[in-house]
Amino acid sequence: MSNSKPVLSSSLGRKLIMSLTGIFLCTFLVVHLIGNLQLFKNDEGYAFNNYAYFMTHFTPIKVVSYLLYASIIIHAIYALVLTLKNRAARPIGYAQFDGKANSKWSSRNMGILGTVILVFLATHMQNFWWKYHNDQVPYIEYRTDLATGKTTSQELDAADFRDYQVTVEDNVEIVKARDLYKQVDFAFQNLGLVIFYVIAMIALSFHLIHGFKSAFQTLGVSHKKYVPLIEFLGVWVFGVIIPVAFALMPLYFYFVK
Amino acid sequence: MAQHMNLTLKVWRQKNDKSKGQFVTIQANDIADDMSFLEMLDVVNEDLTRKGEDPIYFDHDCREGICGMCSLVINGRPHGPKYGITTCQLHMRSFHDGQTIVIEPWRAAAFPVLKDLAVDRTAFDRIQQAGGYVNVNTGGVPDANAIPVPKRIADEAFESATCIGCGACVAACKNASAMLFVSAKISQFALLPQGQTERYERAQAMVDQMDAEGFGNCTNTGACEAECPKGIKLSNIARMNREYFTAKFFREEDVHTHN
Amino acid sequence: MLDSKVPAGPLAEKWSKHKFEMKLVNPANKRKFTIIVVGTGLAGASAAASLAELGYNVKTFCYQDSPRRAHSIAAQGGINAAKNYQNDGDSVFRLFYDTIKGGDYRAREANVYRLAEVSVNIIDQCVAQGVPFAREYGGLLDNRSFGGAQVSRTFYARGQTGQQLLLGAYSALNRQIKKGKVQSYTRHEMLDLVKIDGHARGIITRDLVTGKVEAHEGHAVLLCTGGYGNVFFLSTNAMGCNVTAAWRAHKRGAFFANPCYTQIHPTCIPVTGDHQSKLTLMSESLRNDGRVWVPKTQELAAKLRKGELKPADIKEEDRDYFLERKYPSFGNLVPRDVASRNAKEMVDEGRGVGKSGVAVFLDFADAIKRLGKDTVEAKYGNLFDMYYQITDENPYEQPMRIYPAVHYTMGGIWVDYNLMTTVPGLYALGECNFSDHGANRLGASALMQGLSDGYFVIPYTVGDYLANLGSFAPVDKNHPAFEQTRKEVEDRINTLLSLKGSKTVDDIHKELGKIMWEYCGMARTAEGLTKAKGLIQNLKREFWSDVKVLGENEELNMSLEKAGRVADFLELGELMVDDALNRAESCGGHFRLESQTEEGEAKRDDENFAYVAAWEFKGEDQPEVLHKEELVFENVKLTQRSYK
Repeated sequence: MSNSKPVLSSSLGRKLIMSLTGIFLCTFLVVHLIGNLQLFKNDEGYAFNNYAYFMTHFTPIKVVSYLLYASIIIHAIYALVLTLKNRAARPIGYAQFDGKANSKWSSRNMGILGTVILVFLATHMQNFWWKYHNDQVPYIEYRTDLATGKTTSQELDAADFRDYQVTVEDNVEIVKARDLYKQVDFAFQNLGLVIFYVIAMIALSFHLIHGFKSAFQTLGVSHKKYVPLIEFLGVWVFGVIIPVAFALMPLYFYFVK
Repeated sequence: MAQHMNLTLKVWRQKNDKSKGQFVTIQANDIADDMSFLEMLDVVNEDLTRKGEDPIYFDHDCREGICGMCSLVINGRPHGPKYGITTCQLHMRSFHDGQTIVIEPWRAAAFPVLKDLAVDRTAFDRIQQAGGYVNVNTGGVPDANAIPVPKRIADEAFESATCIGCGACVAACKNASAMLFVSAKISQFALLPQGQTERYERAQAMVDQMDAEGFGNCTNTGACEAECPKGIKLSNIARMNREYFTAKFFREEDVHTHN
Repeated sequence: MLDSKVPAGPLAEKWSKHKFEMKLVNPANKRKFTIIVVGTGLAGASAAASLAELGYNVKTFCYQDSPRRAHSIAAQGGINAAKNYQNDGDSVFRLFYDTIKGGDYRAREANVYRLAEVSVNIIDQCVAQGVPFAREYGGLLDNRSFGGAQVSRTFYARGQTGQQLLLGAYSALNRQIKKGKVQSYTRHEMLDLVKIDGHARGIITRDLVTGKVEAHEGHAVLLCTGGYGNVFFLSTNAMGCNVTAAWRAHKRGAFFANPCYTQIHPTCIPVTGDHQSKLTLMSESLRNDGRVWVPKTQELAAKLRKGELKPADIKEEDRDYFLERKYPSFGNLVPRDVASRNAKEMVDEGRGVGKSGVAVFLDFADAIKRLGKDTVEAKYGNLFDMYYQITDENPYEQPMRIYPAVHYTMGGIWVDYNLMTTVPGLYALGECNFSDHGANRLGASALMQGLSDGYFVIPYTVGDYLANLGSFAPVDKNHPAFEQTRKEVEDRINTLLSLKGSKTVDDIHKELGKIMWEYCGMARTAEGLTKAKGLIQNLKREFWSDVKVLGENEELNMSLEKAGRVADFLELGELMVDDALNRAESCGGHFRLESQTEEGEAKRDDENFAYVAAWEFKGEDQPEVLHKEELVFENVKLTQRSYK
């Protein structure tokens, strides 16, 4: 048996990349969801906007976020490479192919689902990430009476500060921040965007129902006890709870707020 | 008595590996439902021969589901509409009068068509040659009972070892991946004590050869497992991955020692 | 008189002594020899791998697309070995004795003893290769009793023992292919033997894909090409199994021994119609728990055939469990030949069942009652499933229908103790030779013989031949014999391709099969055999004048492949009939109606027929000449088999 070629240029190596980046993206989703649940808080975006500032300015989180962007790109590029290789492995297709007889629709259409998610990500980043980082969101000021704990807010027209400021005057805490919450509210008044977000979350659901457990299969997990647990998490946490919770956000802003 | 039926066959005809193929429509009349699918093709071929037309070439041999030679995609499914059987074990009672049946060869770059419905599967042999064995010579081996093997392990190794190498896994996979086939052999030897000495070299060598043959990548759709006539499980692929990654990341010193 | 070259000395010491006396080839010289192995089943793959390990250059040939698909793969039951792991009184001598007796005293003592002796090594070898035999909970190998043996000596891998053993041998072969010691030619068919100065020095093959006819040279040629059961058209053999390689060798001087010894296996799924292409065997382990019966009267049988009655409607007292009735001590577990013949008798009496009336019942109702459905399913589930797939009948609910089918051929190329044929340098291994099973093969012995020949006999004996050649020179590839033989093969192909008659090759083959089954099947008579000979000769003429062969040589040509094989089957069929006619006794699978005991059992004639009939080809349309090898029994007493 001869010396073997490097792991990353092998089929299994490429799958490993997909699996690891995929699992990393899944963990991000959990964190992202937990943070974004603050959108449902009826506090004029106080908690959410503070959170947004923290997430974009705390160095360790920033490092992780770059890893995240890299993962998304690598996941997409490898998906493309694998797809091209898979196409080449069957140059002449079947005249008739009954895929539903032997596999789930989602498992056969990860590329399409992934593409929908990628387009969604671009839209999503443009709407929020880009605008937030490029000073295109409004500003807000929160005044909290430290004696009573009551908070009031008012829009700031032109900011005379950079990004974020916390001061205390006369026992009143004044927080000035970029109002991403307002931007969210604004964006989700657009019915088209809301529908697109819901569709994207459906795609995410199907992508993860297959993708989550598939990632562990690729890593070589086959265990009588743990595989059913992974499948359960894949379907219920990543296939249902997370996409539904995310989809509720635009719906909440469109219909409730 | 047996029910008889008339069928329309759309059969892939291709003169050899160099020529382009096409579908040809052939009528199969008065087919008894207790015929096997291949016996139906025999009848069609006898008709064609009497008319002086070239009979349809298809691979087949044992006709009892064990040699792995037969290899037809029937109405979009490798080995036809039933699960857990080979084409030769499929009977015409699974079809009905007036039905149109599309018959195609396995489709994969690594399985070029030789003629009509027969493909070249020597890629599978080369993968086995890369490492699908235990390095023992004839003679000089210990007594068969010298190494006990827990029944559970022996049974599981047997399940993996029942692969007949037909290639339905490749045919069913939307990516034409051969990982179920490769993993079955890697699993058999990874499980048994006899396979331990070269366990990690084997996993690498077989995976490398698989890649070199131009098979696609597994996306864990499970189609291979569903269509495998011998019920080889997807967990074999997980085991192969484990073996391979263990070899690559933790056993480099074991696998690069000799050539 | 044929010289079997059996070494002198006590039976148990012959092989050891012989191994010592044989000459060896120096390790450095082994690589100067090339050995051709035709066929990659158990015998071929194991021989090729073992010889390559020793250092010889090996070329293997098979007609399938991979060596792994040889028909050894289909063997279900198991493999015997005198390991005595069960402490139940087994021994090499007992396995030897059972095999000689089971073969109805028509096998060569020394060969059978050697087979029993090396059987133990086979199991060790296979386990070391990673063959997943069935095991007990303690992790040791499991055994079962098979084919009515009194001891549990059969090793098995569920119902797929042949597959697992073949894949083991295939893996050993692959290892040598990878090392470059074996060159594997697949989709290649051997069409002739090349002889130089009387020695086998090569073969002519046709590449089934391109049609290219090529010569391959070697210092020795090993035929491992299996049996010729497909002469009957319907058999349990694979569709491609054929006699061509062996027959071509026969026509080049290898004697063909005991061609009339065919084994007809009792538990096969009955024929359903003219379209049938092959028969499916179900392991005879089914007879351990199934009860064989037919209705007591023809009237009841007729009603069953018409579907007026169901099997369950037949009352217990109206059933004839004929094997239990006639053979109280062995019951349903009588040897294959006895079980088969009795089934035929019932059908001939008009008491057969199923639509065609050519079947008997194998009933599991009692076993299910006694053991429970789960236990029966655990034991036979895969066989029941297989039966259900084919017949659409559920054997858990209604009895199986079974009927005998041609399964194995004990006859084959004559070989001496070294497995060499009458052509020096040409060997025959496995089912292809005649040597170890006499007139009837016991269950789980075929796999044993194939692997014994390949792993443990030929590596020694071929060395002796090569060492005695006195030269290490490569075979002269330019010797005119190669081109001449190649030309003859091409001419024959062209003749076949020029046949543009009205009948298909299968028409002729089916007709041949009917003649063989009718007159040279389970019961034979001088009158019937004489008639069959004429019929076969007519059919042969019809073949060469009125068959239709399509296409051209330079392609995958099914029509041409079949035509060549059937042409050889026609010639073999005639020899089988000659042999059956010559052997006026009954023995094992060969039952002559003229030679039976008062109870209707096979009656041997040891005085006149205790010999191997080896036939020599004398030229086209010439009668073959009979040579006898007397069978000498020094270690067993010849008895009439009795299973009463």
